Amino acid sequence: MAEDTSLSELDKKIVQALQGDFPLVAEPYKVLAESIGISEELFLERVRAMEAEKKIRKMGAVLRHREVGFQANVLVVWRVPEDRLDEIAQQMAACPAVSHCYDRNTAPGWPYNLYTMVHGRSREECEQLAAELGRQCGVSERMMLYSKHEWKKTSMKYFCE
Amino acid sequence: MAELGNFDKKLLNLLQGHLPVCSRPFARLAEELGSDEETVLQHVQDLKSSGYLRRIGTFFDSNRLGYVGTLIALRVEPDRVAAVAEAINRYPGATHNYEREGKYNLWFTLLTPGKAQEQKILAEVETLPGVEDMLNLKANKKYKVNVQFKLQ
Repeated sequence: MAEDTSLSELDKKIVQALQGDFPLVAEPYKVLAESIGISEELFLERVRAMEAEKKIRKMGAVLRHREVGFQANVLVVWRVPEDRLDEIAQQMAACPAVSHCYDRNTAPGWPYNLYTMVHGRSREECEQLAAELGRQCGVSERMMLYSKHEWKKTSMKYFCE
Repeated sequence: MAELGNFDKKLLNLLQGHLPVCSRPFARLAEELGSDEETVLQHVQDLKSSGYLRRIGTFFDSNRLGYVGTLIALRVEPDRVAAVAEAINRYPGATHNYEREGKYNLWFTLLTPGKAQEQKILAEVETLPGVEDMLNLKANKKYKVNVQFKLQ
């Protein structure tokens, strides 16, 4: 895959500025641009370019799902026939209760190849949602990996090493 | 926590979708909401401080920035889980780390600037006291990575 993952020193500085707290002020990009000593125009131009190159996935917000009513979530891992993996993954990804859907490698003694994060209002609702997903997609083999404790949840800080 | 009003729900739905990339992004959002910049900024600040907004800003595609990522599942002796979790948390690239039900009881995501760094960290993790088994579950394809909750 000939994907360009090289970044100029300027773009690395812009990534570093953007990954901190976004200033909640009228002219946030001006504040960020000033913090690295460039003009707001150039900063905005590079942000738009990195959006176009898909280095930036999105500018926007993520909610704390507990606070908006989704108290329960579960990592559901599925064993899906290889020849139906793509089709089933797309079907599961289309479900609004699924926030993440990845196809992953298996390992010895671990045959699960499709990973979904499922969100619901309760553990019972998560169970129902997963059962329903399995029925719709014709997949019966799954494991429900509920979290018992969150040890860490952070955003990555890039180019700090 | 207070119930969200209609204005806040509309604002959060817009914000989750896209924050405009322009000199006055909150003024642009205000136009869409039939409001003004000052009011929108005040509400965004309140939603942040009251905890509804986990993060506002930029979400990067780590692979396109040249980083490699993986999901690691560990089977850890139950009374060693806390110590292993804390050791893993010290790696800046370990961004999410959860204790889960099941045979593999500790799961973390790892982002590194390259394969060599990943190998080095995983070799260290594998030898932490209490770690009995480790699975390296690389993603082949990401079908959905966007966490969006539509508020009605």
